[in-house]
Amino acid sequence: MTTLKMGRRALLAAAVAAMSLGNAALAGGHQVLDSIHFLIPGGAGGGWDGTARGTGEALTKAGLVGTASYENMSGGGGGKAIGYLIENAESNHGTLMVNSTPIVIRSLTGVFPHNFRDLTLVSGTIGDYAAIVVGKDSPINSMADLLAAFDADPSATAIGGGSVPGGMDHLVAAMVMEAAGKDALAVKYIPYDAGGKAMAALLSGEIAALSTGFSEAVDLANAGEVKIIGVTSDTRVNAAPDAMTMQEQGIDSTFVNWRGFFGAPGLPEDKLAMYQEAIAKMYDTPEWEEVRARNGWVNIHNSGDDFKTFLEGQEKVIGDLMKKLGFL
Amino acid sequence: MLEGLLIGLQTALSFQNLLMVIGGCLIGTFIGMLPGLGPMSIIAIMIPVAISIGDASAALILLAGVYYGAIFGGSTSSILLNAPGVAGTVATSFDGYPMARQGKAGKALTIAAIASFAGGTIGALLLMVFAPALSSVALLFHSAEYFALMVVGLSAIAAFAGTGQVAKAIMMTILGLIMATVGEGALFNLPRFTMGIMDLQSGFGFITLAMAMFALPEALFLVLKPRKIEGDGESEIKDLRITVAEARAIAPVIGRQSLQGFFIGVLPGAGATIASFLGYAVERNIAPKDEQEQFGKGSIKGLAAPESANNAACTGSFVPLLTLGIPGSGTTAILLGALLALNVTPGPRLMLDEPQIFWAVIMSMFIGNLVLLILNLPLIPYIAKVLSIPRNYLIPFILFFTLMGAYIGQNNATELLLLVGFGICATALKFADYPLAPLLIGFILGGMMENNFARSMQLYDGIGFIWERPMTLGLLVIAVILVVLPSYRKRRAKLRAEGVAEGD
Repeated sequence: MTTLKMGRRALLAAAVAAMSLGNAALAGGHQVLDSIHFLIPGGAGGGWDGTARGTGEALTKAGLVGTASYENMSGGGGGKAIGYLIENAESNHGTLMVNSTPIVIRSLTGVFPHNFRDLTLVSGTIGDYAAIVVGKDSPINSMADLLAAFDADPSATAIGGGSVPGGMDHLVAAMVMEAAGKDALAVKYIPYDAGGKAMAALLSGEIAALSTGFSEAVDLANAGEVKIIGVTSDTRVNAAPDAMTMQEQGIDSTFVNWRGFFGAPGLPEDKLAMYQEAIAKMYDTPEWEEVRARNGWVNIHNSGDDFKTFLEGQEKVIGDLMKKLGFL
Repeated sequence: MLEGLLIGLQTALSFQNLLMVIGGCLIGTFIGMLPGLGPMSIIAIMIPVAISIGDASAALILLAGVYYGAIFGGSTSSILLNAPGVAGTVATSFDGYPMARQGKAGKALTIAAIASFAGGTIGALLLMVFAPALSSVALLFHSAEYFALMVVGLSAIAAFAGTGQVAKAIMMTILGLIMATVGEGALFNLPRFTMGIMDLQSGFGFITLAMAMFALPEALFLVLKPRKIEGDGESEIKDLRITVAEARAIAPVIGRQSLQGFFIGVLPGAGATIASFLGYAVERNIAPKDEQEQFGKGSIKGLAAPESANNAACTGSFVPLLTLGIPGSGTTAILLGALLALNVTPGPRLMLDEPQIFWAVIMSMFIGNLVLLILNLPLIPYIAKVLSIPRNYLIPFILFFTLMGAYIGQNNATELLLLVGFGICATALKFADYPLAPLLIGFILGGMMENNFARSMQLYDGIGFIWERPMTLGLLVIAVILVVLPSYRKRRAKLRAEGVAEGD
């Protein structure tokens, strides 16, 4: 009995040793940071949660960061965590907060008293394009068809989405219609409380078209359940080569729903540089590729000043649109 | 189909996969007993583990086991501590907890186990036979019908509107509906009734409110009124077996609610919660008059109905997930993420392209349900013993459990303040003999009802949808009948009794 136990323990020890050896070999002196603490502004299981944990997993497994810890802080639709990071900036130099497009939208509407300028911009890491989608049996096959249907009867051409009016899906629909020369205010937008329910509503024929994330629609499109009639990317996306972009169809609008990381205000330059270096190096590792592929994310890397330029551009486009729609 | 069955059986019965099913069920049951950790969070925690297995069937079988286990475990805390950790088991506590208080904790757990097993198994059977055909049923309901369905669900409050309680029950329901409007609704861009408090922006948390309405007042009640319930300390758990008469009474309930629950689960906008409330409402209203009085006070039918309905509905929610690739609930949304991560694309082609996965999942449902029953029946006496812990140890335990449940999912300390605040108010209301369940029913259904109503209004430019859509009208008529029928029958009975008296 004892020998068996010993044997087991020895085996475990050997396994641990092998693993740490493997890690050391992989890291090969490339470790950039000892540890990162991820602050997640929402509960377990959400999009932010997955992004932070996936990034942490890739960073630590690749040996770029020693250890990663996670803290979920929900409240105020994410506003509580932002406030916490700003109020306790001094003690949070080791913290990265995950966030995404809503920080821009919610700061504009004043739901958040702060905006991204109050934080240190570390890096935008992943993103998803938006798409306009119709059911497989719909007579609509392109944006031109949708616009024609809209001209004929705007009230019967309801466009649904998985966000509140003035939220991301609505803004994308409005932005596209505006760019196509239509009155964004006349668009009948029907909100659903989750992307999946909005998709069910599209298939049931309750709405004529759906504004959603490209990655949420691509599998159903490849299965022939829905048709993607426009994507907000610059060029066609590999995952669905048949889906036309908005620009191809003469609608000049692009949009990226990004996710990225922020530091506390006043984060020292050298620390910021280390975070950015770790994230930049992460993209070339197989560990990241595994996490990315598992989640269907698209690499959209914007570091430091690029991130700032990108956010300011997005803030302007969204702000103008929201003013037009009467949300501001 | 027979061929598919054999493939599935072969996959599911391999040593590794049996281990997965048993492990998943155990993990799910034990974590699921903690309020605050519903199936959704447990599955989210288990996904990285499942994916690291590498084999898609094994991973799915593990996750499915965790799912059934968590639903199963959730009803345990509802019955023993009146602490429903998920909205789907709120209705379980309506009659389960009174039974436990009457010293029938063991019997209540046994009925719950059997009803869950039957619901899950019948659900899996229906899924197996009708899944492809049902994908069109899933898309039959529009927002207007969902609104009407919520109204039908709301008729469950009738069970708490006993003699002289009608006004109180209605008041509490309305209070619940009002509380559901706090926060940033799905349909409005602006926060409502938050009084500028950032923590209220996402509204009140379901778990916080459930703990504040049910578990906390119960614990405080035990402290404040210790004398009334003395003596029930040791007498419990003697009743473990169900009698033949009882089995005969609940069998039709389980059968009906497994079917009804499954079909409600198939609808992407409904789910286990609606199924359990509807099951409860329907069974109460079709029960004979004398049994109707028992609902809410420890009726075995009132316990069996929501338990079989919510389990069947959970199985039903796999229909839109597997055949259309649409997640109808938070839990199935997380499962969809896991499927995609395993390179399995659910949808109409799943059965054709990867039959072994489809069938392995279905077989794992049968095995999972069976494993749960076998694991849990012998454990029930021990689990039920929790209640024979002396009260001065039990109460702190319940309080800890309750507070932890409200905190654990969100890591937000404000939830604790809300919980204590509402808990004290609820205790006061309980002393004044106000039923608390209608408040929670109103709160849970209120949000969904409002969203679907507002959506229909927008789509139809007014309330025209009520008469333009026959199914909506039909459902609303059913709701009216469910509410009016019992009081009509009561009136008739009263008149007849008076008539007889006169005749004498």
